Amino acid sequence: MSENVYILGIDMLKFGKYPDRTFAQLGGEAALLALDDAGLGVHDVQAMYCGSVFGAYDMTGQAIMREIGQTGIPVTNISNACATGASAFREAWIAVKSGLYDVVLAVGVEKMPRGMLGAGHETGISLEGLFGSASMPAVFAESGMEHAGKYGTTFEQFAKVSVKNHHHSTMNPKAVYQKETPLEEVMGSEMIAYPNTKLMCSVNVDGSAAAVVVSEKKARELGLTRAIRVLASALASDPWNPRNPIMPDVNGCTQLAAKSAYEQAGIDPLDVSLVELHDCFATAELLHYENLQLCGLGEAGRLIDEGVTALGGRVPVNVSGGLLSKGHPLGATGIANMYEVALHLRGEAGARQVPGAKIGLTHVVGLGTASAVHLFEKA
Amino acid sequence: MTQTDTLAPRPALPWIRLDGPEPFVEGRLCRACGARTAATHLACPACGARDSIETYRAPTTGKLLAYSIVRRSYPGVPVPFISAIVDLDDGLTLKGNLINVAAEPQALPVGMPVRMVFGDALGRTDKDGASYVAFFFEPSA
Repeated sequence: MSENVYILGIDMLKFGKYPDRTFAQLGGEAALLALDDAGLGVHDVQAMYCGSVFGAYDMTGQAIMREIGQTGIPVTNISNACATGASAFREAWIAVKSGLYDVVLAVGVEKMPRGMLGAGHETGISLEGLFGSASMPAVFAESGMEHAGKYGTTFEQFAKVSVKNHHHSTMNPKAVYQKETPLEEVMGSEMIAYPNTKLMCSVNVDGSAAAVVVSEKKARELGLTRAIRVLASALASDPWNPRNPIMPDVNGCTQLAAKSAYEQAGIDPLDVSLVELHDCFATAELLHYENLQLCGLGEAGRLIDEGVTALGGRVPVNVSGGLLSKGHPLGATGIANMYEVALHLRGEAGARQVPGAKIGLTHVVGLGTASAVHLFEKA
Repeated sequence: MTQTDTLAPRPALPWIRLDGPEPFVEGRLCRACGARTAATHLACPACGARDSIETYRAPTTGKLLAYSIVRRSYPGVPVPFISAIVDLDDGLTLKGNLINVAAEPQALPVGMPVRMVFGDALGRTDKDGASYVAFFFEPSA
């Protein structure tokens, strides 16, 4: 067993539309960038985990190896909704933590279908618009409105999340958008599913990200200068909740993963310097402030009002621009979050650097339901 | 008479029962832990007990827990409509369209009492031409 596990190399492609590139090309390019960042080559990699929602059935991991070098190592493809990339990373962490391997590659890659995502089962007829909506904007709107009903959270407070994350993305050249969106513009953009306007929905883009995960032994051999220590890796499924899955529950699962992560790391939520969390919709971000224990129950609205989670605040959230403005290619998102945290812990985040960042948290949650929470610190 | 005319309406969800005098929602109650669900499972999802589930007739009144006013849906789906999550009086939660109320936040206070009504599934028919029966919610106060 490896006492500690490290990220030695990590990178991502700028999120955007890549109609002329394959899953394997996008994933392979991120893999090569991550290997370069680690100072390693494909022959050093002993196992590979590939996360992709829309490519997992198609053996995308092996196709990536055909792009970067077919060394015959074990390759496993993973699909776990919006927690896919983080789940692939976690498998790599487990493989190294167990002592089985010293160098493992985790890749997240996605090419997104067009249009609005949704779940929904069919009987003989379409159920959308008959029994409410199974579209993601509506489902997450309902979760937000449950919070609003309990705590008085307002449309304006939800909209402020988008203002903040779009502002953050103006400093991130790898975000699909780098554009300020003032509050009036966010609240006045096309209403998709109240209270989520178009600017409060994450951006459907393609993308990839990859991480090279190594053992304590390997990290010491190669040097810890830019290594990121994995303090915790937690994954949870949805625990029983009487309303789930009629009303998909993104809270219980996130709370479980967060609790486990803080326990593993032996840290207090107040020790976290920055957070990349799953803002698939603006309504979701506020829920996760509470789920991740960044504040108490019912306090999320106050946090966004007071700028606590903006760059310069006590615990900046989604300084990358988040899914709302950096983009959300499902399978790549989890590892891209880790890339952002790694940049800050290494002090390489440029204009959006969180000063003195010590501990970073990443979170994703995919309906169905899977939530992953990871904690990192600079080695 | 065409074959279409002779087809009996079908339930639009598996837990809608049409074999009584009036349509109703059939809930499932775990005798071991009291959990209620609409869908069937191999064991109780709350406590894992087996052979503990009994069916019952769900009440038709409840309260609005949360909603979204849907203004853009999938292509071809008429908008706007109100997608509502309702806690029935016995604790069973259902999702459905909230009707006979303005699609405006001011008209939709959380906790608003609602009742379930049954009706044709907005004219939707399947490949056999069969019609379907759905439930909807409307304000009851």
